[in-house]
Amino acid sequence: MSVLVNKNSKVIVQGFTGTEGSFHAGQMIEYGTNLVGGVTPGKGGSTHLDKPVFNTVKEAVDKTGANVSIIFVPPAFAADAIMEAADAGIGVIICITEGIPVKDMIAAKEYISTKHTTLIGPNCPGVITPGEAKVGIMPGFVFKKGRIGIVSKSGTLTYEAADQVVKAGLGISTAIGIGGDPIIGTTTKEAVQLLMADPETDAIIMIGEIGGNLEADAARWIKANGTKPVVGFIAGQTAPAGRRMGHAGAIVGGKDDTAEAKMKIMADCGIHVVISPALIGDTMLKALEAKLV
Amino acid sequence: MNIHEYQGKELLKKYGVRIQEGIVAETADAAVAAANKLNAETGTSWYVIKAQIHAGGRGKGGGVKLAKNIDQVKEIAGQIIGMQLVTKQTGAEGKKVHKVLVAQDVYYPGASPTKEFYACILMDRAKSQNVIIVSTEGGMEIEEVAEHTPEKIIKEWVDPRVGLQAYQVRNLVFQLGLSGEAFKEMVKFITNLYKAYDDSDAAMIEINPALKTSDDKIVAVDAKVAFDDNALYRHKDLAALRDLTEEDPLEVEATASDLNYVKLDGNVGCMVNGAGLAMATMDIIKISGGEPANFLDVGGGANAKTVEAGFRIILKDPNVKAILINVFGGIVRCDRVANGVVEAYKNIGDIKVPIIVRLQGTNAEEGAEIINKSGLKVFSAIALKDAATKVKEVLAA
Repeated sequence: MSVLVNKNSKVIVQGFTGTEGSFHAGQMIEYGTNLVGGVTPGKGGSTHLDKPVFNTVKEAVDKTGANVSIIFVPPAFAADAIMEAADAGIGVIICITEGIPVKDMIAAKEYISTKHTTLIGPNCPGVITPGEAKVGIMPGFVFKKGRIGIVSKSGTLTYEAADQVVKAGLGISTAIGIGGDPIIGTTTKEAVQLLMADPETDAIIMIGEIGGNLEADAARWIKANGTKPVVGFIAGQTAPAGRRMGHAGAIVGGKDDTAEAKMKIMADCGIHVVISPALIGDTMLKALEAKLV
Repeated sequence: MNIHEYQGKELLKKYGVRIQEGIVAETADAAVAAANKLNAETGTSWYVIKAQIHAGGRGKGGGVKLAKNIDQVKEIAGQIIGMQLVTKQTGAEGKKVHKVLVAQDVYYPGASPTKEFYACILMDRAKSQNVIIVSTEGGMEIEEVAEHTPEKIIKEWVDPRVGLQAYQVRNLVFQLGLSGEAFKEMVKFITNLYKAYDDSDAAMIEINPALKTSDDKIVAVDAKVAFDDNALYRHKDLAALRDLTEEDPLEVEATASDLNYVKLDGNVGCMVNGAGLAMATMDIIKISGGEPANFLDVGGGANAKTVEAGFRIILKDPNVKAILINVFGGIVRCDRVANGVVEAYKNIGDIKVPIIVRLQGTNAEEGAEIINKSGLKVFSAIALKDAATKVKEVLAA
């Protein structure tokens, strides 16, 4: 089954005909994702990459039965795109767009809380279930099929983790890039819960960053409810307080959201914490061996 | 984006928030003129001279002083303007003061004692909602208050569906123990503060202290205002308040080249694609016995141009003893990045420090081969572990 996206997902692209949307839609089709069309207001009725273009998400859903949407629209219009997708009944919304104003995301998050939908992102690499569906911007070839789930705030660090897992002789069930913004649709804990309940996932890699309390919340949930080994890493051990490290959410505000504090909480909750990001794969192998003993 | 105290106060005043009046000055003579004007407008005969830099803790660093007459205004302003102000937020080298705010004295004696409060508005990440925080413990470090007397931190969250409600503001102000005219003043103060925050897409507004004067007015004595960078496109007037002299010149240069750079104090520079991997690379440097000299995210399109711009910025930092380039090629192919590195290296000419290039992902082997065959003083690595080992070797040599 895996989680969020699979071979049965019917995917549309919002911002389909733009540069980013076009490029990544092409990559997703090439990967084998069941991409059924796209939305660009004003270009409805045309075709793009041999797929139909619609004016509204509602129309795309009515005509194609789409249940997953990936958003590439510019930051000023992205919150609107999220709400449109939720209103049209899309079950899983994946927002790649980086740079959405916080005020817009506060409104969008509140709005979608009244709808039956799951938002991943924004400012994320997307979700991939290897061999079934890639709904994101990640290099698909890195993610070989297997039974390790990944939850991560960061894009390239997710690829790094996946690559180490594959080099260790394992593979990926589903990798979820939750995004690096201060307001995101799906938290670390919620993503971990999905993977913990997934029969095709044996163990989980959880990658966080400085800032916020998402990893601590997830760690406490894992301690109380976890049934699978979890390997954890927090990027930013050397980041100084008060400086934003690229991601809008990656900023040390107080003593509780430093990498050190988060790693301590994670270790106390039974997570296999990796100090060096070069040892994610090795540590996962050891965690799996320890479970077998 | 941060702005100066005087700019923050001007913004708040437009929203009906009562502020400690003041006039900004860049010379001692201008400060005297400002003081005279302030005397005519407000009747104040004492003046507070406040250094305008983007950092907290100015008072303890000697950047805020009281002048009891015009002669003292000239003397103190002369001392502060041009000084290298060191506070706990500036780092050891401090920040040069270009401007002072000459402000009225609001601690004048009167019918009731003065009292300092604290007020702050920001977004609570745990709830994805804005939160208003107030405290009776104004004028202190709020982190200390939160740690030692958490019961003195009072909060109200703003429901995004309906916005801030009047009863919430009353709740806050009753808990501050205010009554009568001061109660009404504080209700107005917080209501208008929130309006300013909401309208301007602020990331934070902090008033510490918010003073109850001896005649029961509530006055913003300081104002720390920061805006959401992602929303500045719709506030051209606020974006224009940016003061580049307050920012690190290398960081300004990097932004112009679409690079995300943060200067740090270490000895190993790094250049990485992606913010998370960039932080992880800094961590690797530390674990290998070095200290990161910077954070540098070249973003999705690592090519010869961005790599060269990155090199030039890193090399301007004299503390850099080695450079680690770490690129995970996904959509970007490693052989292209390798060619970019070689090209940039040749364009710059003689680079004195060793460079370690770790390329992983699409065409990683081809990328390593290009680096190895280039004949340049560049070490290649594919696995992150190998890169860490190379950093260690280079630092030991």
